[in-house]
Amino acid sequence: MRGGRLIGLHLGLVAVLFALNFVLPAYSHGTVARVMVLATYAMGYNILFGYTGLLSLGHAMFFAAGMYGLAMPMTHLGLGAGPALLTGIGSAAVLSLGVGLLALRTRGVAFMIVTLMFSQAAWLTILLAGRWTRGDEGVVIPQADRMLLGLDLSDPSTRYLAALALFSAVLFGTLWLVRQPIGRVLVAIRENEDRAELLGYDTFRHKLGAVVLSGTVSGAAGAAYGLFFGYAGASFAETHYSIFPLLWVLLGGAGTVIGPFLGTLFMFYLIDLTSGLTPAYMLVAGVALVLLTLFAPQGLAGEIRRRWWRGLP
Amino acid sequence: MSALLSTRALSRSFGGLRAVHEVDLDLGPGEVRALIGPNGAGKTTFVSMLIGRVAPSSGRVLFDGQDITRRPAHARVRLGLAYTFQITSVFARLPVAENVALAARRRLGRDRAAVAAEVARTLGRVGLTGREKIAAADLSYGHQRLLELAMGLAQAPRLLILDEPTQGLSEPEIETFKALVRTLAGETAILLIEHNMGVVMELADRITVLDAGVVLAEGAPAAIRADARVQAAYLGTAADA
Ligand SMILES: Nc1ncnc2c1ncn2[C@@H]1O[C@H](COP(=O)(O)OP(=O)(O)OP(=O)(O)O)[C@@H](O)[C@H]1O
Ligand SMILES: [Mg+2]
Repeated sequence: MRGGRLIGLHLGLVAVLFALNFVLPAYSHGTVARVMVLATYAMGYNILFGYTGLLSLGHAMFFAAGMYGLAMPMTHLGLGAGPALLTGIGSAAVLSLGVGLLALRTRGVAFMIVTLMFSQAAWLTILLAGRWTRGDEGVVIPQADRMLLGLDLSDPSTRYLAALALFSAVLFGTLWLVRQPIGRVLVAIRENEDRAELLGYDTFRHKLGAVVLSGTVSGAAGAAYGLFFGYAGASFAETHYSIFPLLWVLLGGAGTVIGPFLGTLFMFYLIDLTSGLTPAYMLVAGVALVLLTLFAPQGLAGEIRRRWWRGLP
Repeated sequence: MSALLSTRALSRSFGGLRAVHEVDLDLGPGEVRALIGPNGAGKTTFVSMLIGRVAPSSGRVLFDGQDITRRPAHARVRLGLAYTFQITSVFARLPVAENVALAARRRLGRDRAAVAAEVARTLGRVGLTGREKIAAADLSYGHQRLLELAMGLAQAPRLLILDEPTQGLSEPEIETFKALVRTLAGETAILLIEHNMGVVMELADRITVLDAGVVLAEGAPAAIRADARVQAAYLGTAADA
């Protein structure tokens, strides 16, 4: 496969996003920063759903594990932002390992239900631990604490560039992964798990690795979201935060590297534009989603791959 | 001769049905063994227990002196067993070359040049050169069978289990298949489930006949052909067909 063209495409996206930092009006500037962090979450989800073929309905727990794994030690132990990012990512890694070991005993619909139940349990835990988490109300991370490597993350431009750095790292990490032998095995498991096992691949271990990687990236996005926007709340652990990445990935193109970003951006602007036009904006957004599912069932990037660029990973 | 693969009293029941019952089998290194028997005799169930797709109800499987009865399928493949499915099971949406590359890569690792060379060589051996880029699903049925075979070969196994490899192949493709098995003879042991008696008689060193889950007879092709019980159970009907 022509690696140069691929890297060019993804570098081009990063370059455009970088340039936008200097030209976007304040409102869009904030939105795109948010989209980049949430697209990172979607890319994490896509590793499991798009590439490995495992549909989780509980990824909000990993996002929230990152967010609370960061916010709790910052709030209660006075941990600095840098170490707190690591505790956030570590929490998500540990949680995804535990959930993976248990949930991967099931397949298909059972896997969806088990991940959903675990995620519900995580959300309830956050509410029950209200003494520390302050439940639905959540905790605010004060501006003074949001300093990372001497950079003030409450400054919009710094925050934008930090979000871009995270987004780019995960974007290129995914691009690298899916072109590695191990990424090809994940795709093989998605396409025909029994066959992959009978080619000598330990499919359980590969799936477990995919859950942990996916959960950890999702947690990194959750930790970054908490740090960049200064807030951790229980609503991020609710079911709709498990459904969002699924929608974004489906819209943008499951099993494509660039799809999660396109899907997240598209959804954000769709809701943004329609909510400005009509109070029935969710209806308009819903209709647009249905149309896209009907006419581009592979998602935006999936459609590009089908029509013009067969080798797009 | 010390056996490469042995089974001891290997059995599997489905509910009350004894699909395979106390089968003892010894297969030498490099041997080509045909496993024949009427429909429902338990052939697929038997080989599925060898590779680890189906758990035995009782009995043991030994490979190269090790008891592998409880090992997962992927671990058995790593020891040198390979299996091609009776019902074609390829990566339908992936390109033909990637199907074979997945088989080769587990052995050859991340050496892209070696994998590419192995893919080209294997596709050449089964006669699928020129079709590398199309999706496996877009191959004809016979070509998908050949792709299955290529995926088996690309693993360079010590024992290749082929479950009805010639089903759906044209006459010239069957000729290619027979020539291919002859090139493997001596280096790779083959356990061949096959309904086509011409193929069996030409290729097999020995034949095991399974009927209703038990071994009915075992021996050299000529002896099996002459065996009256075998003719009654199987060959008679097959010869008429
Ligand atoms: N998973 C299963 N559950 C229940 N019964 C099964 C199962 N698999 C096989 N059987 C039964 O076990 C018996 C042996 O089946 P098997 O597929 O091993 O036969 P076979 O010799 O491969 O036949 P064929 O020549 O048609 O491929 C059959 O009666 C079949 O119906
Ligand atoms: Mg069979």
